[in-house]
Amino acid sequence: MSKEDSSTGFDCRVAFAEELTALAEADPRIVAVCNDSVGSSNLAAFRRAFPERLVNVGIAEQNMVGVAAGLANGGLRPFVCAASPFLTGRALEQIKADVAYSGFPVVLCGMSPGMAYGELGPTHHSIEDLAWMRAIDELAVIVPADPAETRAAMRWAVAADRPCFLRIGRTKVPAVSPEGQGFELGRASVLRRGDDVTIVAIGTMVSRALDAAQRLAQQGVEARVINAASLKPLDEATILAAARETRGIVTVEEAVVQGGLGSAVAELVSQQHPTRMRILGVTGFAPTGSASFLFEHFGLTAANIAERALDLLRTH
Amino acid sequence: MTDVSTLGDWRGRREAFHVAEPARQLAMLSAASALVRRRILSTISGAGLGHVGGDLSVTDILVTLFEGVLRIDPAEPNWPLRDRFILSKGHCAAALYSVLAECGYFSPERLAHFAAPLSPLNGHPNRRKVPGVETNTGPLGHGLPVGVGCATAARIRAEDWRTFVVLGDGELQEGSNWEAAMYAAQRRLGNLTAVVDRNRLQQGASTQDTNDLEPLADKWRAFGWETHVVDGHSHAELLEVLSSAPGDRPRAVIANTVKGKGVSFMENGVEWHHKVPSAAQVEAAMKELAS
Repeated sequence: MSKEDSSTGFDCRVAFAEELTALAEADPRIVAVCNDSVGSSNLAAFRRAFPERLVNVGIAEQNMVGVAAGLANGGLRPFVCAASPFLTGRALEQIKADVAYSGFPVVLCGMSPGMAYGELGPTHHSIEDLAWMRAIDELAVIVPADPAETRAAMRWAVAADRPCFLRIGRTKVPAVSPEGQGFELGRASVLRRGDDVTIVAIGTMVSRALDAAQRLAQQGVEARVINAASLKPLDEATILAAARETRGIVTVEEAVVQGGLGSAVAELVSQQHPTRMRILGVTGFAPTGSASFLFEHFGLTAANIAERALDLLRTH
Repeated sequence: MTDVSTLGDWRGRREAFHVAEPARQLAMLSAASALVRRRILSTISGAGLGHVGGDLSVTDILVTLFEGVLRIDPAEPNWPLRDRFILSKGHCAAALYSVLAECGYFSPERLAHFAAPLSPLNGHPNRRKVPGVETNTGPLGHGLPVGVGCATAARIRAEDWRTFVVLGDGELQEGSNWEAAMYAAQRRLGNLTAVVDRNRLQQGASTQDTNDLEPLADKWRAFGWETHVVDGHSHAELLEVLSSAPGDRPRAVIANTVKGKGVSFMENGVEWHHKVPSAAQVEAAMKELAS
């Protein structure tokens, strides 16, 4: 087993479920919508507290998202809780037309995204979701990095009253958010200062980016680490400052390298402050293996992130 | 607009409708349908695009709902307790716009801007630009799930407003409708009514020759819906079933209609799905609709 095996840390779904129940206690408009996913979305406590406010449509994702739009039309504030591959893939047109284009305040919560389902294989991996969601106008795309940021993003979503997609991790992660930090759309957080190279990461990759920065520091390289939890809209000022002030940007995401974080950063810097980049992510359908095995397989490790950063600096 | 006659103030009309004798009610609905059909013709010919066949088949359903059934207030389109109406067959936007304009959601003169550059009256309806539109439709199979969500919201909030969804028959080939039908029955959403505009034609052929829907009423019954089959051009039959008190199951109304209804040379012609009539054809059609 890798020493980066995710056997310790926090499953963001736990914080998600606790926060959802707490939000629902305070706001009678909040309802949960799911697709037979009470267990996998950790909604049992919510169901005990608010049985009439849990809308379980069964195994029917297109209906699930349409129903959520209708619930919002009727004055409620739905959190759709479903495994991310099925929510975003199966119901993509409903997300586009019924939620985003119609402008309903639905919070789409893609649970267990990326390669969290490991051995279950590419049908159950959600590595395309960020590209799909980013392409939809008016949909905010948020990838919290730890339980505290998950809670903060949920509270933001209720207040924001707009269509948004939250990617809620299952793979255990350590706490990385600064104590007491809230979530603000379009705002990234600089978790580590450094002027040699920048690592921009989201979700499960943020803690690995911090570990990579430690490794780089041992070699005299100071890496700036940015958590870009607000993937869309991106914090352009913070990314452009990194492009200006450091010698290159490495992006890391648990998603395909087309259309996600790396693409978002490249779209920005290529037009406003061209800089060298390395885009790390998933490069194809995964072979069989656990999530931690697959992180190794695709080079989504602190060691490889550090190596790619050094590679970028060497070729600068 | 060449046709600027209106039926008068909607609120006054609605009040008059409710106190009128049944025969008078039907006459009012007939007059409204005739006017709406003329508006559809002029709207589509003005824009040079539209879906005239389906617009004319769904007209009597829309008119009966908006003139005689829905609890709405066009002056307050976001009234929280309004009945929800969703046109799932969003390509028949010209029919919906014509009815909304007659109800006073916006001026009928705006129909002249249907599908024009930057017009709020898009080829498919947009709730954020057109008052009276509840959700953005266009891709088929979307309206019923959203309607199920509306009806569920009313149930959760313990409110008595109802939800009506009008579907094309061809669009029942989309599986999402049946996901929604199954769940609506599971929740026993008696506050939900689905009306199927059963004109038997889809874009390129008859439904029978494409993906036969029959036995359609049996399908809805098998899904647990209270199911009715009516003449979709009979205001009397539509009014009776649509205004009757809700039961404890969702209600399906299969409204047998004729695509292109009211214009002899369009009726049952598959080519009139989205063919645009020439000026001479519009003139001929207007004469038929005026008589």
